[in-house]
Amino acid sequence: MSTAVQRQPAPAMATAAARGASLRYALHAEWTKLRTVSGPAWLLLGVAALTIAVSAAAVGATGCPQNLSCPVDTTKLSLTGIQFGQALVAILAVLMVSNEYSSGMMRITLAAMPRRQAVLAAKAILLAALVLAAGAVAVFGSVLAGHLILPGHGFTAARGFHPVWLSYGPTLRAAGGSVLYLGLIALLSLGVAVIVRDSAVSIGVVLALLYLCPIIASFIGNEPWQHRLERWTPTVAGLTIQDTTGLQRLVITPWAGLGVLAIWAAAAMLAGGLVFWFRDV
Amino acid sequence: MTTQAISVPRPEAGLGDGPRCGGFGSLLRAEWIKFRSVRGWVAGMILAALLTVFLGVFAAANAGIGCQINGGPAKSGKACLPYVPHGPGGEVVTDSFSFARQPLTGNGTITARITSLTGEHANLSSGPGPVQAGNGKMVPGLTEWAKAGIIIKQSTRQGSAYAAMMVAGGHGVRMQYNFTGDTAGLPGAVSAAHPRWLRLTRSGDTITGYDSADGTRWTHVGTVQLTGLPSTVQVGMFATSPGYTVTQNSFGGGNSNNSGPAQATGVFDHVSLAGTAPGTWTGTTVGGGGPAGGPGLGGGAGSAPFTRDGGTFTMTGSGDIAPVTPGPGGGLPTVTIGQSLVGAFLGLLVILVVAAMFFSTEYRRGLIRTTLAATPRRGAVLAAKAVVIGAVAFVTGLVAAAVSIAVGVPKEENQGQVLLTAPALTEVRVIVGTAAVLAVAAVFAVALGAILRRSAAAITAAVVVVVMPFLLTALNVVPAGAGDWLLRVTPAAGLAIEQSIPRYSQVTTVTSPVQGYYPLSPYAGFAVLCLWAAAALALALVMLRRRDA
Repeated sequence: MSTAVQRQPAPAMATAAARGASLRYALHAEWTKLRTVSGPAWLLLGVAALTIAVSAAAVGATGCPQNLSCPVDTTKLSLTGIQFGQALVAILAVLMVSNEYSSGMMRITLAAMPRRQAVLAAKAILLAALVLAAGAVAVFGSVLAGHLILPGHGFTAARGFHPVWLSYGPTLRAAGGSVLYLGLIALLSLGVAVIVRDSAVSIGVVLALLYLCPIIASFIGNEPWQHRLERWTPTVAGLTIQDTTGLQRLVITPWAGLGVLAIWAAAAMLAGGLVFWFRDV
Repeated sequence: MTTQAISVPRPEAGLGDGPRCGGFGSLLRAEWIKFRSVRGWVAGMILAALLTVFLGVFAAANAGIGCQINGGPAKSGKACLPYVPHGPGGEVVTDSFSFARQPLTGNGTITARITSLTGEHANLSSGPGPVQAGNGKMVPGLTEWAKAGIIIKQSTRQGSAYAAMMVAGGHGVRMQYNFTGDTAGLPGAVSAAHPRWLRLTRSGDTITGYDSADGTRWTHVGTVQLTGLPSTVQVGMFATSPGYTVTQNSFGGGNSNNSGPAQATGVFDHVSLAGTAPGTWTGTTVGGGGPAGGPGLGGGAGSAPFTRDGGTFTMTGSGDIAPVTPGPGGGLPTVTIGQSLVGAFLGLLVILVVAAMFFSTEYRRGLIRTTLAATPRRGAVLAAKAVVIGAVAFVTGLVAAAVSIAVGVPKEENQGQVLLTAPALTEVRVIVGTAAVLAVAAVFAVALGAILRRSAAAITAAVVVVVMPFLLTALNVVPAGAGDWLLRVTPAAGLAIEQSIPRYSQVTTVTSPVQGYYPLSPYAGFAVLCLWAAAALALALVMLRRRDA
């Protein structure tokens, strides 16, 4: 009798163990799906390459003439490429879900792995890990470009500009925050894609969030509304993490801004998770 | 093998084929049916129009201004506006200058020699750190369009008709009239060693301007008609200078320029007036102290517009005699009709999504094989799709733009914004042009969908090249020079069609797409977008013909 008892673990433990195992299997399955098509690898490479290229171009095109004062945030300037890199991150995240829907693969995935939260969690974990890795490379390359190029363009320590390097606290915060920013953009896009399913509409919604909010905010002449938009839209608020000068003029502090983006990402993932849970494939 | 069979027929070979019987018309009909029978696409187009109108009206309804004058009660909207002069052509103008004048009845001639034009402006280069503009520190320096010279003006009322001969800070002798007219005369800066003689002759409504380097050999600069000029006009000397502006590379949505007040001082002698009895010179500051002139200095209460020492007159003034242009640096909250079209960005994005899907979905569903089996002429299929989506986007855009402007512009004016009016034809061009931009962008997206065959890739590519450049320039993410180039060479150049206020050569303006100024002229910008669409269509055609379906 005692052996029988030992063989049968407590139900709660069984569920936990099974959950752990299914998450592990789901991660393995998602990893296999990602690595066996060429798209994701190219997109991740593209995130790093595009970000670094645009950042280098931006710092290369900027100079501070001798006789003028330059109200330039050198760290933020060095991280300009994130504006472009995020588009590729969004595509990667959207395609991870919508490709499965458009090809019918999702039915097989869920037949093999009926625990839907495990599937979604595995996708989110894998995506976040990959984007953070590519983002770290992208951000490091951008900061390096700023570090090497800017002093030659008049942005010297003698004129009051901090060298753009990770040993300077605010730059470290901006650089680390930018990596997290890309990760959160990925999760936000993933959540939207799970809700919408169609790749075209998802990418449209995500790009509207990324690029139209700042344009609209700049067109609204009314200050309270402008501040509201700057405080609560995902990209404008999230990118305040890159600011290192004029912090008192910001309508939201850098970390709180990134927090707003985190709320957007969490809300999108939560809504996506619920829809995924309750909906037929 | 089926795909092989499909790709074999060529337009040249298919004269007797069934699909040719209906010709292009039935192809159009087929594509139109494909479009209207997908509920999501029709809904998308309606959504595009609604979002465009909603956002434009929302922005207009929240464009209110507020002010508090001299510690008085807080006011908002129109109550904040000073007197806004309009020129003879109906445009909003700045008309502030120091004026030494005499009345002239009937015909006559005024001649003067100008021996010096100097100026000073706010010191904006005070080392690193925030720029302290307008802190009272003035440094010598002449702004590009600081001006001093002689003028014949209908009256001292702001905005009245005039013709003037002047020396401009960086542009030599000019003849300017009625705010928008500008003709170049002798080049080069003025100094005691190189003085400039200026002459204006009135004969009825006709005013003729001459210049000379020595006072004996005169050169005709220009002749203008000031219709309805009264018999008694004001003639004399004037000096004025627009504010000093430095455009800088600033990033992350900060203001892209620093500006401060400036003033110009002109020294005249050999002043003679023919055609009237000699009178005394009266000093008047036209538009004195009014904020309509933007940052103003000098000529304020108590300071005389001119001083006289024998035959030498020294005039100091600040302001400008020029049309008001959009953009930072002006003293008025101005809007152009194009600013009610902010929502078109949202509409554009939705249209790009639908248009890209219009082709790429056929690849996903395999419908393309059926389509090309039914119509082997691949170019015709592409053309039919482009025509259908272009027409749908055009109609959507036309309705949305017309409603946005009709509803948004009056709202903005009620909120206290000064509308920089444009002629009716220009308004038509802005509305039809916006619709055309949406249509051409949709064709561009269809072509991208055919080239890339993937919706997500096509949409991202379309958005990144059409919307991104605007974003980067408008928010000063990239330096001003680079931003200008982005708006010249990318498809975003097409948005220049929304520019309703001309670029005047005699006013220093900053390219500011949010305010309605683009680096290219409206039609040139639109042509750039059309070139992109044509190039994408050509590439799509080549790819369609070469590739298996």
